[in-house]
Parts: sequence; structure tokens; C-alpha cells
Amino acid sequence: MLRYVLKRLVSLVVSLAVASVVIFAIIEIAPGDPASFMLGMNAQPETLEALREELGLNQGKLARYLTWVSGLLQGDFGISYTYRTPVGEMIAARLWVSLPLALYALTLSTLIAFPAGIFAASRRGEAGDLGVMGATQLGVAIPNFWFAMMLVLIFAINLRWFSAGGFGGWDAGFFAGMRALTLPAIALALPQAAILARVMRSSLLDVLGEDFIRTARAKGLSARQALWRHGLRNALIPVLTIIGLQFSFLLAGAIIIEQVFYLPGLGRLIFQSISARDLIVVESVVMLLVFSVIVVNFVVDLTYAAVDPRLRTRT
Amino acid sequence: MNRSLILGASLSLFFVGMAFVSFFWTPFDHAALDIAGKLQTPNGNHLLGTDHFGRDMLSMIMVGARTSIAVALVAVGIGMGVGIPLGLWAAARRGSLLDETIMRANDLIFAFPALVIAILITAVFGAGARNAIIAIGIFNIPVFARITRGAALSIWQREFILAARVAGKSAARISAEHILPNVANLLIVQGTIQFSLGILAEAGLSYVGLGAQPPTPSWGRMLADAQTLVAIAPHMALIPGFAIILTVLGLNLMGDGLRDHLDPRLRVARS
Repeated sequence: MLRYVLKRLVSLVVSLAVASVVIFAIIEIAPGDPASFMLGMNAQPETLEALREELGLNQGKLARYLTWVSGLLQGDFGISYTYRTPVGEMIAARLWVSLPLALYALTLSTLIAFPAGIFAASRRGEAGDLGVMGATQLGVAIPNFWFAMMLVLIFAINLRWFSAGGFGGWDAGFFAGMRALTLPAIALALPQAAILARVMRSSLLDVLGEDFIRTARAKGLSARQALWRHGLRNALIPVLTIIGLQFSFLLAGAIIIEQVFYLPGLGRLIFQSISARDLIVVESVVMLLVFSVIVVNFVVDLTYAAVDPRLRTRT
Repeated sequence: MNRSLILGASLSLFFVGMAFVSFFWTPFDHAALDIAGKLQTPNGNHLLGTDHFGRDMLSMIMVGARTSIAVALVAVGIGMGVGIPLGLWAAARRGSLLDETIMRANDLIFAFPALVIAILITAVFGAGARNAIIAIGIFNIPVFARITRGAALSIWQREFILAARVAGKSAARISAEHILPNVANLLIVQGTIQFSLGILAEAGLSYVGLGAQPPTPSWGRMLADAQTLVAIAPHMALIPGFAIILTVLGLNLMGDGLRDHLDPRLRVARS
């Protein structure tokens, strides 16, 4: 197990390093000089030069890359070109919206998908199974931002149960905050729940065909008991992977959903930064998203290996 | 033939046909403004109503189908064109440094969700349909590379491949002549699925302003226009939404149906 962990750890570090080089290189080829963008057309050459010096733009590419990465490692994301405030603080403030939203949506999608998948698998081929499978077909076809607009139309505009958008912050209390995130979380969760339910069903069906389930039935367990005692636990491995993968899709999906609900999360930050050509913010937010995807997948891999020793020998 | 395949193929063909017809004929000029006739709900003259500028929604949907289909098609083309050769190459040199490098590079691309790639490309090169295509296409590469490699590995174990090697065929020739035809079914099915994902991704990117730019009509942009008007003109949001859902549903059903049709073993295993 230790060998496996070390091996995965090395590949984690390599992935992160390569990802940071790729992101840095892409931002590097962006046309335009941030200093002249900040100061406008009529800037004095001396002021421009001073600002370039201050922002570290006069250093070579390698030196700037190293400054950026060593800053990231110490939690220093640099200074925003537009707002002149630390990028780290801007990201942290937005993360308090995006992260709870992603977790909320993940919880909802799991709560919907598990019962739906188990229900469908235990009634394979019957009307209930066909109903769930039909619903999941529809669920994966619905764009989440369109579903979000429909939720606003029904629950915010017509029924007035929720507000149509905006986020008052957590200062107003936990429940007020959760309430503001409820419609966005539902919108994010629905397509993910559909995928997860399908995975749950097919994984459970695979396991139910195994010999040990037949053994369990032979020693007198009912089909239902065999499913709950032996089937479910063994079916969870593929489901775990998908949950891990989904977390990254939820973070990315939140970028679009935040636009629908005017939530001040990472998504809005990234779009504001693009239109202001505040590329240092774009660079750091993208790195953060990619970092979270790589780390979540790493954790999922380790969880697997802990649950299923057979996987440790595979790469 | 099975029901999913027929239903899915009909739905998909319907939207492809609509896009095709739009080259020659639309009920109205899709870009013609008619402020006096704005926000009409569906009626005899404008079958799907008009938007906030009085543009005919049906004409916009028809021309918008073109954008969706073109973006998704080219993106799948990029994914297949690069991903399949990479996957075949990796499988032919199983376990080598090359194999390992290709697969690790794939993992790395997977760490950038399509939307994040699109954001990076847009931040640097500006928004537009072409950059949306590139972003979705890049994301498709590892999907096809991985699936091709996985399927090809098991074909390489078969005896007829051994026979081909004994006959002196090179790895490249075996890949092209024997491996590819045997994994083609799988790739066609995956192609349909990626095509539907491409349509969803294009709609999302256009919705946030990173995809097709005005005046190119796009279903995602129609939804963005509809957002502030959803309370007074719900049809502006409902119609493009249904267009996206039906197209994606059709493609997914077609993919499922094709899988069952092309690989009867799966049908037995699943029922």
C-alpha cells in the first residue's frame, strides 16, 4: 500500500507541475501588456516602466514562472492587475460561495441517485426500472442552466418560495445562505444525479450477477437481503469514481450556474477578470480548479485502493 | 432494429434536416427585426413566436441548429482525428514509455474540464465559435484515445493478429487494417455520445458569451437573451431549451440503440 501511495503521489506532483506550466504558457501568449492596460493609452513611459518593474513583468519568463509557482505554494497568488488587492483574498471570498454550492449539489445528487439507482436495479426490466431509466435519459439531456431558468420561473417568479438570484452572504445566517443556494444546487445536481443513478444501477446489476450473490441466496437470504448486505457495498467502487469525477464537473458547472443566479462565486470572478483582462486572476482561478480536480481524483484513487486491495497492483 | 435506435435517429435526423433546409429556406429572415411585432407567443404567422426584437423564433431555431451541429461535428472530428491514432499507437506499443506518456497526457487533459479549457482559450484569443470548437475538440481527444486504446489492447491479444504479425505486417499496418475495423463500432457509439455532449457544451459556452458571437444565431445565445425576459415571455426560454433537449435526447437514444444493434452480445447481457 505504501508503495502504491508513493507512486500515486509522484504522479500527482508531476501532473500538477505540468498543469501549471501549461496554464502559465497559455496565459503568457496572450496579447497585450497588463501594465499598459492598467494605465490606459496616455500613460507616461516612465510610469509604465515603473509599474512593469513593480509587477515583475521585466523579469524573464522562467523567473516569472518560478515566482508564480513559489507564490502559489506559499498561498500567495499575486496582486490583481485591476483591483490591486491580493488575488488570494479575492479567491477565498468567492470560494465561500462556490465550494458550499458544489458540496450542496453533490449531496443532493447522491441523495437522489442512490435510491433511484437501487430501486431501478432491484426491479430490473419492470415498469419502475423503465420509468427511472427514462427519467435519467431526460436528465442527462437537459442543460443545467436551462433547468435553472425554469426553476427561477416556477419557484422564484410564480411561487415566490425562493429569491431569483443573488447571495446575501453567510453573515445573514446559515439557513438564509443555504436558501439562496438551494435553486442553484438543484439545477446543478439534476443532470449529475441522472448520470449517477445510471452508474449505480448498472454497477449493482453487475454485482448481482456474481457468484457470491448466488451463494448468499443459496444460504437463504431473500433477494432484497442479498442486495443490501452484499450487493450494495461491492457496487460502490465505480459509483465512487463517478462521484469524484462529478465534483470537478460541479465546480466547473457552477461557473455557468452562477451566471444564471448572479452568485458572487468563482465563476463570476473569472468572467469579470476576463473582460478586465486581469489575467493573473484567470491564471490563478484556473490553476485552482485544475488543482482541485487532480487532488480529488488522487483521493478517489487512494480510497479505492484502501477499499479494494486488488486495485493496488494496477496502475 | 430497435425502438431506441429508430426514435433517436428520427429525432436527430429531424434537427439535421432542419439545419439543412435553413440553408435554402426559413419562414422569415432570421435576422430581420420587427420591433412592433416583438414578444409574440406562438401563433399562425410565427409558429414559434417572436423574440424581444421581433425576430421569428422558428427561423432562429433552424439557423441555430446549424451552429450547434457544426460546432459539435467539428469538435468530434478533432477528438476522433487526434484521439484514435494516439490510442492505436499507444496500444501497439503497450507498456512502453510512449504508451505511458500518451496516457498521462490524457489524464492531464481530463483535469481541465471543457469549460475551463474554453475559458483559458477565450481569455487569450477572444470569444467565438471557432474557439469553442477548439475547446470542446481538445476535451474530446482523451475520450477517444482512451477508449480506442482500451478496445485495441484486447484485439491485439487475438489469434488473427498473431497471424498478421507472422505474415510480417508492421504494427502500423495491423492497427489500420485489423485493429481499427474491429473497434469501429465502439467508436461510432462514443462518437454519438460526444456529439450530444458537444451540443450541450456549445449551448453552455454560447450562453455565457464564450461561444458563437452575434449575429450568428445559436440556441445557447437565444437562452441568454431569454434570461431577463423569462417572466414576461417564457416561450423565449422554453423553445430553444426544448430544441436542445430533443436533439441531445435523440442523439443519446441513437447511441444506445446503435450499441445494442452493433453488438448483440450486450443486448443479451443487459436483458
